[in-house]
Amino acid sequence: MKLIIAIIKPDRLEAVKEELYKADINLMTVNEVLGHGRQMGVTEVYRGAREMGNLLRKIRLEIAVNEHFVEKTINSIIKGAQTGEVGDGKIFVLDLAECIRIRTEERGGPAIG
Amino acid sequence: MKKIVLVLFLFFFVVTTGFVIAEEAKPALAPAQATEAQSVPSAQAPVAAPAPPKADTGDTAWMLIATALVMLMTPGLAFFYGGMVGRKNVLTILMQCFILLAIISIQWVLYGYSLAFGPGKGFWGGFDWIGLTGVGLEPFKDYSATIPHQLFMAYQMMFAVITPALIIGAFAERMKFSAFVIIMILWATFVYDPVCHWVWGVGGWLRDMGALDYAGGTVVHINAGIAALLTAILIRRRKGSDHKAILPHNLPFTVLGTALLWFGWFGFNAGSALAANGLAVNAFVVTNTAAAAAGLTWAIIDWIFNDKPTMLGTATGAVAGLVAITPAAGFVSALSAIAIGACVSIFCFIAVAWIKPKFGYDDALDVFGVHCIGGIWGALATGLFASKAINPDGANGLFFGNPKQFLIQLLAVLVTVAYSLVVTYIIYKLVDLIIKVRVPERDENLGLDLTQHHENAYTVME
Repeated sequence: MKLIIAIIKPDRLEAVKEELYKADINLMTVNEVLGHGRQMGVTEVYRGAREMGNLLRKIRLEIAVNEHFVEKTINSIIKGAQTGEVGDGKIFVLDLAECIRIRTEERGGPAIG
Repeated sequence: MKKIVLVLFLFFFVVTTGFVIAEEAKPALAPAQATEAQSVPSAQAPVAAPAPPKADTGDTAWMLIATALVMLMTPGLAFFYGGMVGRKNVLTILMQCFILLAIISIQWVLYGYSLAFGPGKGFWGGFDWIGLTGVGLEPFKDYSATIPHQLFMAYQMMFAVITPALIIGAFAERMKFSAFVIIMILWATFVYDPVCHWVWGVGGWLRDMGALDYAGGTVVHINAGIAALLTAILIRRRKGSDHKAILPHNLPFTVLGTALLWFGWFGFNAGSALAANGLAVNAFVVTNTAAAAAGLTWAIIDWIFNDKPTMLGTATGAVAGLVAITPAAGFVSALSAIAIGACVSIFCFIAVAWIKPKFGYDDALDVFGVHCIGGIWGALATGLFASKAINPDGANGLFFGNPKQFLIQLLAVLVTVAYSLVVTYIIYKLVDLIIKVRVPERDENLGLDLTQHHENAYTVME
């Protein structure tokens, strides 16, 4: 089992979701987060006071998957989120120790899907 | 500490209520005397006797509305300021504005109106009208011959409320609530009331000298603006504001507040005609024109110096324009209003974007930069652009051949600035000595909403 965490541009969320549904991946958690990578944020000006490097709005997706879904998920996210510009985001893949479905108390692989 | 504050309040109320009860006996006599006075001359010489002033229904209707419009400015100001502070301090700003609406309304009825508008003395109005004794429903012709005296009192009450509320922006996000309440009561009593009397009261010495302040540029904006600068310096910078500006948490609030201020300002300026007449219309037109010119100018300045026109800048400019036209509204033409509005944005932008960072005072929401600078420009501009063609009761300014008016305006500005600075300093130091004015560092970090009022403006989760 893996936990896939993806940081993407907010306006790419719909496209990523569409790609994930196409690949039959229907379970995800989405957060609004702030952050920036190499593009170093934006400049805001308030009454002439310049604020450099403010954090940008990003979307953080969390998807727990069984091994044979890992590549499919990664490809779907790339397909939906890639624009070729700086700031497209990152995908992190982590080992997942356990997964429990609260309703049925099932554990492991069957609990994910 | 809290107990002392409560006891002080209780004392304040008991004493003032005592005054009122003591005065209750007199009004019973006053109407009787009044009717006698009226009946005697009419019986003896009906032709020679001047008719007693009678309230005009049209003027009264308009001034009731104007009074309500000015009242709306204080909550408007609360949103204007509230949007610009951090999310942990927004309720504190709203609360400070609202509690002033409550406190000053009572202060004004009990003794504030008497101090500010009581007749006959150069420095203070005295205590003749305490608890509104003698302030009846007949017109008082020295102030307003066509509306009930109490309506004039209520109209001025709204000015007395918003003036101290303006100062809130300077010490935002770091003043203890108890200290705030005490400072504001003292400031209203010892700064606003006397200055108001000098400029507008019968016998006020600046009024007798011929200083023009149509709707409160000197009394309201310069007075509050300079007190704001001093308070911001005395209370020192907000924690963490040295290396990073504290960003506005809800600019739509600020724009909403600006809209309410602009709307209410029609009552503030056009209402200062104290009648539904041509002068009120002139004030209405120039008020709108100046706000428009100033908002537009600030947007253009932003565009040139900061790459993009900003919403906050345009809103700030509009308020600066409203401030600048306030003392001039009854004396200048619409074309002069464009000049006054365009120039005020330039001056205020310089104050806010260049002078403030250079000197390093933390006037959090630019009360000095917008209200004091804008007010000073407005007062001086009145001395430049005023024209008897607009208002025969006014005077001509420098551009209409009367340089003396400019000097009188300058003197009124300087006197107000000096007096407000000295007395505000004394009040601040006194209160700081008794109870620390600034909140402890821990409270500042947690936010004043939580530490001063035990509330949060926004829930993060249901």
